[in-house]
Amino acid sequence: MDQGSAAGTGGTFISLSDTEQRCYSGLYALCQPDSSGKLAAGKVAELFRASQLPAETLHQVTEVCGAKRLGYFGCGQFYVALKLMAAAQVGLPVRLESVAGELPLPVFVGIMNELEMRYPNHPSTNESQPHILGSLTGSAPRPPADRPVLRHPDTSMDKQEAWSPPRSPGISPPRSPSAYRSYPYGAQRNGTDTLLAHDGNVPGRLSVPQENSSPSHYSLKLQSEHPVITCVASVERLVERAEIDYSDEPWRITEEQREYYTNQFRSLQPDLNALIMGTVAKNFFTKSKLPIPELSHIWELSDVDKDGALTFPEFCTAFHLIVARKNGYPLPETLPATLRPGFVEPGVVTVPPSEATEPLIVFDDKMMPGANQLEMGSVDLQMTSRPGVTAKQDTRDESRKPEFSPKRIPDPHEKPIQRVSTLKPDSPQELDANMKSRTRPRSYSSTSIDDAMKKVEEPPTPPPRPQKTHSRASSLDLNKLFQQSGQGSRPSQHSLSAKSGWLPPPPALPPRPPATQIFSFLPGSEKSSQKAVQQPNFADFSKFREEQESSVRGGLSTEDLAPPKSDSTLRHQGHAPQKPVRRKLHPESESATPPSATPYSAATLTKSTQRPPPKQKREIQMAIRKNRETNAVLTRLNSELQQQLKVVHRERVTLESQLELLRPVAST
Amino acid sequence: MNCPLYIRSVPTQGELKFHYTVHTSLDVVEEKISGVGKALADQRELYLGLLYPTEDYKVYGYVTNSKVKFVIVVDSSNTSLRDNEIRSMFRKLHNSFTDVMCNPFYNPGDPIQSKAFDSIVSTMMVQAC
Repeated sequence: MDQGSAAGTGGTFISLSDTEQRCYSGLYALCQPDSSGKLAAGKVAELFRASQLPAETLHQVTEVCGAKRLGYFGCGQFYVALKLMAAAQVGLPVRLESVAGELPLPVFVGIMNELEMRYPNHPSTNESQPHILGSLTGSAPRPPADRPVLRHPDTSMDKQEAWSPPRSPGISPPRSPSAYRSYPYGAQRNGTDTLLAHDGNVPGRLSVPQENSSPSHYSLKLQSEHPVITCVASVERLVERAEIDYSDEPWRITEEQREYYTNQFRSLQPDLNALIMGTVAKNFFTKSKLPIPELSHIWELSDVDKDGALTFPEFCTAFHLIVARKNGYPLPETLPATLRPGFVEPGVVTVPPSEATEPLIVFDDKMMPGANQLEMGSVDLQMTSRPGVTAKQDTRDESRKPEFSPKRIPDPHEKPIQRVSTLKPDSPQELDANMKSRTRPRSYSSTSIDDAMKKVEEPPTPPPRPQKTHSRASSLDLNKLFQQSGQGSRPSQHSLSAKSGWLPPPPALPPRPPATQIFSFLPGSEKSSQKAVQQPNFADFSKFREEQESSVRGGLSTEDLAPPKSDSTLRHQGHAPQKPVRRKLHPESESATPPSATPYSAATLTKSTQRPPPKQKREIQMAIRKNRETNAVLTRLNSELQQQLKVVHRERVTLESQLELLRPVAST
Repeated sequence: MNCPLYIRSVPTQGELKFHYTVHTSLDVVEEKISGVGKALADQRELYLGLLYPTEDYKVYGYVTNSKVKFVIVVDSSNTSLRDNEIRSMFRKLHNSFTDVMCNPFYNPGDPIQSKAFDSIVSTMMVQAC
C-alpha cells in the first residue's frame, strides 16, 4: 500500500484528495490496523455499520474493494471501500468507476461527527494550517489535554511530506499505544505548547479521530507508565525523559531533550564541537537495544556529512531518532527537516561551553536575531551550557519559528534547570548502569521528567536515599544520642551496666538486622522477626540472659561469612551492647514504641538507682572501645572475605570459559 | 569470500540468471586484478559479447581498493549506455558503498541493508533502463 495520495487495490489506482486522505487515514487508524496493515475486522464492521448503508451495499463494497478476495482489509482495500461507501451514500452504484470522480467524504454516524468536527476547514494547505490549528485547538477540547497533544505525535514528521509520515505514526499508535502516553505528557507539560509550532500539525488532525476511539486509553495512560526504553545506559534514561517532550512533532527536539543530549554528548566527548567517533557512538547507541539494522538506518540518517563520526547536531539527531523509535515511531526514510543539523530552533543559544550546570541565563544576544529575543533568551536559559549549537545555526532558523520559543518557555524553564543539576551527577553513572525493566510506571507531571531521568538512570544513587534501614547499621550518633538519652539509668542491677555503654552501636555490624536492641525497655517489643530474636530487652533484666544468647545467635547469624570464632565472644559482647542501639534505629518500624519506650524507660530508669555518672562514663567508654575493636575486626574480616570472593569469582570465570571451550569439542 | 554483499536486478524475472552471470564474471575479475598489481581501482570492462543466443548483455566490473567487486550487467540492446555512463555509475556505487562503510553499525562482510544505498542503486537502474 503506497502511502502517497492514492489508494490502490488490485492495480486500480484511485486518487484521494487531501481531505479524503486525512479522513481516511484517521479512519484507518481508528480501525486498529495491526502490524501488517490489516484492519481489525470488528472495527471495520462497526464502521461500515455506522455508514448506515444497507447490508447488501456493504457486501458489494467489500467485494469491489478487494477485501473479500483477500480476506481482510488492508490499507488499500479500506480506502477504496471508504470511497465506495461515499459513492453509495451519494447514490452512485458501487463500482470502481464511481469513485473515480470527486466525492464527498463518506458519512459514518457517530464517528464522522467527531471527524467532521475535527476537520472544520477542509482546505488543508499549509497556509491555512495555522487557522485550522487555531480552530482545532479552539474547538478541540483543550482540557482533555491529551487531544491536542495527540495531534503532534501524528503530525507529519516533515511538513513537506504531506501524508506518509502522519499515516505511519497513525498506524503505530494502536500498535504501541503506550507510546502515546508521552503525548499527553507533552501537552500537559506546556499547555501553550499545543499552539506551538504546529505548522505541520494539521496533519495531526489525523490523530484526532483516534482520540475518539480511545481517548480513554490515552487519558488513562496519561498517568500510567511509560515504556521505559531499555537503553542500558544513558540512552535509556534519555529516552525515558525525552518521551515526555513530544509536545510537538515527534521530530522536533525540545529544549530538555537537547539538554539531555548535550550531556550525553559530553559524556562521550567533552568537547561539544568535536566529533564522536563511529565506534564510540556505535557502542553507545547499541545500548539502546534497538536492532542493529535500525541503528544503522538511524546512523545513515543522522550522519549527513558521511564522515563516520557524529558532530553534536548529528548526535542529537541520532539520539532523537532513537528516542522516537523507542517510543514507537517508525523511522523516517529521510531526515525530517527539524532534525537536520542545520535546523535551529529559535530558542537555542550557543553558550560558551565553560559552564557546567549553571542555571541559565547565559545567553548570547547576538545569536538571536530579532523578535522575541527575550523569550528566546529565557528559553535559552535552559540551554545554558550548550555550546553545541553553533551560532550560525542559531541565526539561521529562528525567524522560522519565532512563535515556538515564547510558547516553549514556560515550562521547560525550570525543569531543565533542575534537571541539569541532577543530570550531571547521574550521567556518569548512567553510562554503566543497566536498566532493569522496560516499563516503569511514571506519573506524568512537570517534575516527572526528573523522576524519569532518575529512574532511567538506573540510579546507582537513588536520589532520595531511604535512610539506611535501621535494621542495618545505624548511624552511630543516632544511636548514641538515643541511647544516652534513653539509657539514663540502666538499672545497675544487671550486669548490663557493662553493656550499657554500648552506645555506639557499631554500625559495623552490617549484616543482619542483628541485634537490634531495644533500648526500649519494653519487654518483647520485637520489631521484626529477626530482631525479635535478637532483640534483647535490656530493661528486662530477667531476660538478660536470653538476650545474651539471642545476641549471640544474632551475632552468629549475622556473621555468616566464615565467622571468626575468635570474635564470637567479642561480637557477642558487642552485640549485646548494640542491641539497645539497634533497636533505636528502627524508627519507622517502631516509631511509636521507641518514643513511648524512651520516656517510659527513662522514667523507669530514673526511678531505679542512679549510677554515678563517672562510673557510667567509664563503662560507656569501655563499651565504646570494645565496640571499636569489634568494628575493626569485622572490617578486616569483611575485606578479607571480599578478596576471597573476588578470587573465587575469577576462578569461576576461568572455569566457565574452559568449560565453554571444551563443550564444542564434546558436542562434536 | 565471494558472497554477494548486495545484488539487485530490475526485471525481476530471470533474476537467477543474472546472479549466475555475476558469479561467473567474478572469476574474470579476479583474473584481471591478480594479473597486474597496478591500479586495482581501475575500472575494467568485461565485454562478454554474446553469451547466449537469445540475449546478449554486457558485464562490467569494478574493483575497489579493498577488493570489493562491483559488477553491472546491462542488456546489450540498450545501446544508449556508453562507457562513461557506466563509469559514472560505478563511481556512484563506490560513493554509496563508502557511505555504507562509514556507518559504524555496518560490519564489513554483511549484506548491505542500507536504504540509502538501495535508493541510489534503484535510481541508477531506472535511469539505465
